[in-house]
Amino acid sequence: MARAIIRMPAQAKRGEIIEIRTLASHPMETGFRRTERGATIPRDIITHFVCTYNGTEIFSAELYPAIAANPFITFPTVATESGTIEFRWSGDNGYAVTESLKITVV
Amino acid sequence: MRFLALFIIFLLFPWESGFSQISNARRSGYDFMSRETRAMQDDDGANPGTLGVLDGEALWKKKEGAAEKACADCHGDATKSMKGVAARYPAVAPDKKSPVNIEQRINACRVDHQRAEPLPYESRDLLALTAYVGQQSRGMPITISGNDQTKRFVEAGREAFMRRQGQINLSCKQCHDDNPGKHLAGSVIPQAHPTGYPIYRLEWQSLGSLQRRLRNCLSGMRTEVPELGSPELVELELYLMWRARGMKVETPAVRP
Repeated sequence: MARAIIRMPAQAKRGEIIEIRTLASHPMETGFRRTERGATIPRDIITHFVCTYNGTEIFSAELYPAIAANPFITFPTVATESGTIEFRWSGDNGYAVTESLKITVV
Repeated sequence: MRFLALFIIFLLFPWESGFSQISNARRSGYDFMSRETRAMQDDDGANPGTLGVLDGEALWKKKEGAAEKACADCHGDATKSMKGVAARYPAVAPDKKSPVNIEQRINACRVDHQRAEPLPYESRDLLALTAYVGQQSRGMPITISGNDQTKRFVEAGREAFMRRQGQINLSCKQCHDDNPGKHLAGSVIPQAHPTGYPIYRLEWQSLGSLQRRLRNCLSGMRTEVPELGSPELVELELYLMWRARGMKVETPAVRP
């Protein structure tokens, strides 16, 4: 099941530095492992993460096979205006998850 | 005079003064972990076990099997109906023959009431449901009772725990009772209190059951490893939970 948990404040003061924490559900299969019979288990990872704040990209990351399962990505940003923060994960085998959360800046 | 009284009490009840350190100073595996791993468990937003719990919550409400029933159709709101349930498993089944663990109880419900196929052991869905049911008991004390029904299975589990076995002739006790806190290769040996299953084990990169963990240990001891769901493993589970009675449920725990 494609699932993600995001923690961030729903409300912040203008100019305040807020912390955004994301946890995406994904096995992050490296592509280097083999089955008991010796067949390679194909790579299945998240390759890209991007976060936009009212349409403007504020954070992005490229992910590689060395990243652990269920990638936990956390970063700070400055609360500039009320609106929507959108999170997108994409990867192998058509994996694509989008979540968005509202923030009120006072 | 008071000293004399204390001395007599000491003579009468030597175990009060640390003779049985295991029962007096029981510590969860949590206490043996690094600060970082503890922080990961404590924060639901960082604990990957939470992802399993959320999957379990969705499965709880999903209609399954020929009966077209969801768990919620009989049991209602799990946050109420499942509170404290995981804290008293494994338990002796209603037919009073042998104990079942929580995974087996879930599967019995699936077969009898949902008329669905049982979920395979260690499958994502079974672990998710177990984690969801388990989380409802988080913070509650483990309440395995040593009553007449369970007694002989607890005894069988204890016997297995104490027995030297496998190619290196080792017992569970030799590590977990005699040497907890010391190291086995790079890992700290905990006291083997199964307070947080199913756990998210960093080494596994996934949720896993107590039986998976037991099989890990048994294979390290180079014994003949019992199948998942076998009575031997359930008895061992029951003994370990009985031994941890009164300790708090941590499900879903994180372990290194």
